[in-house]
Amino acid sequence: MSIDAAVFQGLSWNLPADVRQLLAFHFMVNALEAGTAVAVMAGAIGWFMVLRRQTFAGHTLAVIAFPGAAGAALAGLPLATGYFGACVAGALALAGVSADRTGSHSRESAATGTVQAFALGLGFLFVGLYHGLLNGISSLLFGTFLGISDTQAHTLVAVAAVALALLAVAGRPLLFASIDGDVARAAGVPVRALSLGFLLLLGLAVAATSQITGALLVFALLVAPAATAQQLTARPLPGLLLSVLLGLAVTWLGLAFAYFSIYPAGFYITSLAFGAYVLARVARALAARRTAAAAGH
Amino acid sequence: MGRPAPSEALRLTGASVELGGQVVWKDVSLSVERGEFVAVLGSNGAGKSTLLKVVLGLLPLRSGTATVLGRPPGEANAAIGYLPQRRHFDASSRIRGVDVVRLGVDGARWGLPLPRLGPDERRQRVHDVIELVGAEAYAGRAIGSLSGGEQQRLLIAQALARRPSLLMLDEPLDSLDLTNQAAVAALVQRICREEQVAVLLVAHDVNPILGYLDRVIYFAGDTAVAGTPAEVITTETLTRLYAAPVEVLRAADGRLVVVGQPEAPFVHGSRHEH
Repeated sequence: MSIDAAVFQGLSWNLPADVRQLLAFHFMVNALEAGTAVAVMAGAIGWFMVLRRQTFAGHTLAVIAFPGAAGAALAGLPLATGYFGACVAGALALAGVSADRTGSHSRESAATGTVQAFALGLGFLFVGLYHGLLNGISSLLFGTFLGISDTQAHTLVAVAAVALALLAVAGRPLLFASIDGDVARAAGVPVRALSLGFLLLLGLAVAATSQITGALLVFALLVAPAATAQQLTARPLPGLLLSVLLGLAVTWLGLAFAYFSIYPAGFYITSLAFGAYVLARVARALAARRTAAAAGH
Repeated sequence: MGRPAPSEALRLTGASVELGGQVVWKDVSLSVERGEFVAVLGSNGAGKSTLLKVVLGLLPLRSGTATVLGRPPGEANAAIGYLPQRRHFDASSRIRGVDVVRLGVDGARWGLPLPRLGPDERRQRVHDVIELVGAEAYAGRAIGSLSGGEQQRLLIAQALARRPSLLMLDEPLDSLDLTNQAAVAALVQRICREEQVAVLLVAHDVNPILGYLDRVIYFAGDTAVAGTPAEVITTETLTRLYAAPVEVLRAADGRLVVVGQPEAPFVHGSRHEH
């Protein structure tokens, strides 16, 4: 973790020089590669998640990601295996819960909340049993961009590419099913299959994002850019693109700020994402007031 | 009988349906022609929405036959525009009305959702149906910010987008005030005539739409009858249908009031949808 003082020069306020310095370290290149893949994937899948009102499902998957990763560390497996395994299994379980609609909605969320608490406790136990990683719990929960291996970065890029390709093919029926399930079903859209498929994609996105932001800060990339984009535009395609661009912007800026300062990347990424969301809400409220005032005259 | 087949949108012959082992309705025979505006009436749980499900092929008949646009139920769904019950977009729905209508044109197609790269013909169709329902002024706004009547017009536009031969609207007037109920009924009548679409409109109250209808299908007891409102909504017919004394009164303003109709005859609990 110690940074070679001869190479590290701090912020020079000369943008090309600073960017060159950022890219001088291999770990930083890996972090930017992984961060870019994750931001694009989370921005696109998050946009559908916010539209489908499945943020609670997303949160549940993130909480399940933590014991998954901690368990993998304990078992001596790569962390990525733990993240992806736990999230995909969690997505299948969530699909099972929502397919069986015998219980009321509140009962379903109460049950899920109980499982979340248990998952966090389990993760805490695994970290306690595993003594190898001193700051393990904080990087699992709040993320780290140090020490992302080549394999991990390439895996994230590959997963993101597959997820985006699937989303591109199924995007329109998924949009239809998300907005208007009954009509979509009558028009021949396989609504249930899409709903299961989307939960699996969401599981992949959460598992990938957790590896950068940690399990608890997943929403900085999965919800905040999408929610901001939906404040700013009600058009599907521009909204989706805006969500991806916002995700990229907060990730790159967050990683760069973290590199040049003593504060963690997770803090910068969440703060930037939160700031963008607040600005978007203020802008929309002002625009609404202006429209109302114009209509009043 | 004897009419050329393509003009017929729907025909049921001696049809009966069961849900969970209980008869919903039986011995129903009726037909609906293209360009006809038909209201589907009856009390809660009498089987109005069940009829729409049968037409879509989502529920099999227990006996009798059904023909939808000359084919068995379920095979003609591409030619049916369907608007399910109680759809309402809440204020946080951040998607434009025009996008919702557009989904009616190509929402079931796989591939990249690139609206601007689609063929002009699809964009033209979206424009045309929005014009048809008179929603040009607000189609570009987020659908959640629109009133119930505006949303309903856009949803009707969506259902019309693929040029259906049969349009089925399940209680589209439910959440609207009286002025909007009449306006939507007038719109549906105009569409019916201009596009030669058969319309089945499920309604709770016949009065706001009475002046626009061609015929009604009235579900009561365990069966249904079809005919003009003057034939069906009478003391004699409804008494026979309900198998209980029912009286139809005509108010001074022309409104029909059905007095003494028993609510949801039997099996109330078993009819909840799953």
